[in-house]
Amino acid sequence: MIRSYLLFLLRCGRVALKGDWRYHGWLAFLFIVSLIGLNAYMKQLVHGLAITDLSNDVSWGVYIANFTFMVGIADAAVMLAIPVYIYRNKSLSDLVIFGQLLAVAAIIMSLAFVVVDLGRPDRFLHLLPGIGKMNFPESMLSWDVIVLNGYLLLSVYICGHLLYSRYKGHEPRAWFYVPFVLFSVFWAVSLHAVTAFLYVGLGGKPFWNTAIVGPRFIASAFVSGPALVILAFQCIRRVTAYKIPDQAILTLRSIVQVAMFVNIFLLLNELFKEFYTDNLHVSAAKYLYFGLHGHYSLVPWIWTAVVFNFTAMILLALPKSRSLRYLNVACCLAIVGIWIEKGMGMVVPGFIPTSLGDITDYTPTFNETLICFGIWAFGLLCYTLFIRMSLPVLEGKFTFSNAGDWKKRDDLRLEESVSRTTNPSA
Amino acid sequence: MASQSGTKPSHPNKGSGSETVQSRRTFLKAAGAGVAGVAGLVAALRPLLELESGQITLSDLLQKHYKELSKDDLDRIMARLTEKCEQEYGVKPNLRDVPAGDGVEFGYALSLTKCVGCRRCAHACLAENNQSRNDEEDINMSYIRVLQMKKGALNVETSDQYYTGEVPSDDTFYMPVQCHQCRESPCTRACPVEATWQEPDGVVVVDYNWCIGCRYCMAACPYDARRFNWGKPKVPQEVVNPNQNYLSNRIRPSGVVEKCTFCLHRTREGRYPACLEVCPTGARVFGNLLDPDSEINYILKNKRVYILKEDSGTLPRFYYFFG
Repeated sequence: MIRSYLLFLLRCGRVALKGDWRYHGWLAFLFIVSLIGLNAYMKQLVHGLAITDLSNDVSWGVYIANFTFMVGIADAAVMLAIPVYIYRNKSLSDLVIFGQLLAVAAIIMSLAFVVVDLGRPDRFLHLLPGIGKMNFPESMLSWDVIVLNGYLLLSVYICGHLLYSRYKGHEPRAWFYVPFVLFSVFWAVSLHAVTAFLYVGLGGKPFWNTAIVGPRFIASAFVSGPALVILAFQCIRRVTAYKIPDQAILTLRSIVQVAMFVNIFLLLNELFKEFYTDNLHVSAAKYLYFGLHGHYSLVPWIWTAVVFNFTAMILLALPKSRSLRYLNVACCLAIVGIWIEKGMGMVVPGFIPTSLGDITDYTPTFNETLICFGIWAFGLLCYTLFIRMSLPVLEGKFTFSNAGDWKKRDDLRLEESVSRTTNPSA
Repeated sequence: MASQSGTKPSHPNKGSGSETVQSRRTFLKAAGAGVAGVAGLVAALRPLLELESGQITLSDLLQKHYKELSKDDLDRIMARLTEKCEQEYGVKPNLRDVPAGDGVEFGYALSLTKCVGCRRCAHACLAENNQSRNDEEDINMSYIRVLQMKKGALNVETSDQYYTGEVPSDDTFYMPVQCHQCRESPCTRACPVEATWQEPDGVVVVDYNWCIGCRYCMAACPYDARRFNWGKPKVPQEVVNPNQNYLSNRIRPSGVVEKCTFCLHRTREGRYPACLEVCPTGARVFGNLLDPDSEINYILKNKRVYILKEDSGTLPRFYYFFG
């Protein structure tokens, strides 16, 4: 039992590295960018966070911004699971796995973004219950550690079970995983709610201390996550022989469409509250949208996000976006728009002006940017490898029954599919 | 229900010679890629060579939380820190761990009428507490921010922390802000690892050897009272204060948060905080809130008292007053 499971993992590892020169080129590219990021992080480790643009005034920046965004992406998985397991929409049933795999990659990235933000990553053990001294349930950050790692375990288990059952040649046993999928739907929403509470719970920061942050996070997650899955599907269709029906993509489109409407509606709610009331607490929003006392560093960013999100909403609303090219454009705009809006547009204005009314601008340094690119590349690398190893399993080309003489067999069998395989996520 | 296509048990073996060549080529390619990958990884890790020896040590990693240390543990750790300070900063400190006294709860009050904005308190704080600084004018890490505010309202948003020129200026008044040592402290709640807590005498302290540097406490503080060591603290040998304490003014490691402790290494021994001692106008009043006859209690009972950001519900032990 354990031996056959280890063999499965070994074979998966081998399959993940098989492909033609384009696939290898893509892997090499991602690997090199990851290494550049790692190198930048090593510099930060030696010299401290002093080589970022963070300061005593703006003490969180682009790392925490990316972290928040990636937690949202991890939520995407449930947007595939809900139609399948709750609304019995079978067109997506094989595809749930791609959402779960994305969740795994996204959580790995979230954790990486938190680790690079720590001043003392060597002391991460202090966070573990038992070994360290976790401040649970007082600190929302300790909640976040639990929900993030819990979600990672759940997603890995679900992916593993689905793939291994296929490999063994039988349908996944419902009792072994459907309860976990349903639980993970609940868990995913909690995951993002807890991440929102991280901000909402701080009474000293009026920009964050508002009940709408949680709903906005979840609405924008349900845009950006499925949008990313749509793009991944298009890539898989382009570069592999694996069949993904149009119907599946259009189902996701309607999810993104509705979520985008909700997202923008919630945004308008927030803007109304801030600017119509126009009390002292409006200054952070003013800094973000219009600049404050001669400081404008976030203004171009947020208006880019506004234009992208509204364009995406209009595109998604039009029947035109049933054509996949328009849908791709809408998805790209939405992803970038939401990255700005809930990343830099959410984290940085929380600190500007500071609690004592001081204004310090923040622009990520080159080294910080390299670290972010490195983590993104590493996340994409993980997702690419995950997809590469799952495809033959899902296609039934890669099963337990052909495990006997597995090396030769995998090589032969893969050569057929390899000719059409390059990067699944451009 | 995986498709069973292509699962026939065996294939006829064809052309074993060409297969060997093929597999050798594959092997060479794979080995080449592997070597390149490892070389890249090593290159990426190169900056680690610049890591100073002793920057991260095993005994640091295994150290327990302050509250779980035995007396022997603490003595050993303090001996190590003493040695380290001498090596790195050229001064042998007298490092101690002064405990909180019984029946003491510290309170601090500051007269907005008397303060003239000279910033001597901010500089005295730096001289006392061994914070990092780039030059002698640099008070960014001082635990005290002096706000120059426009008359007509008590609105921090009209404030300027970087004012220059003669003080006091005519259209303004001054409000120094430091840690309020809150009874309902949002910072200690936020910390995910209990690296910061309220001592029995009400002082909020940080275990610099336990803090993971996530800076959530900084985000939580409504008074901007916390500072972060973005790099290794720069404290020139001639200004190191050798009179150091474990939970307050010892030189901090890189990557941890620090804050005002009401100079607990002084105040727990009956002395005044450094900022009070240096104040030329007598704007600062410090004392024991549990002692009904203390000066601080006289102020709280008889003056018009103002609490900064009272709406945030933090119940500070730091008060402003008029008169």
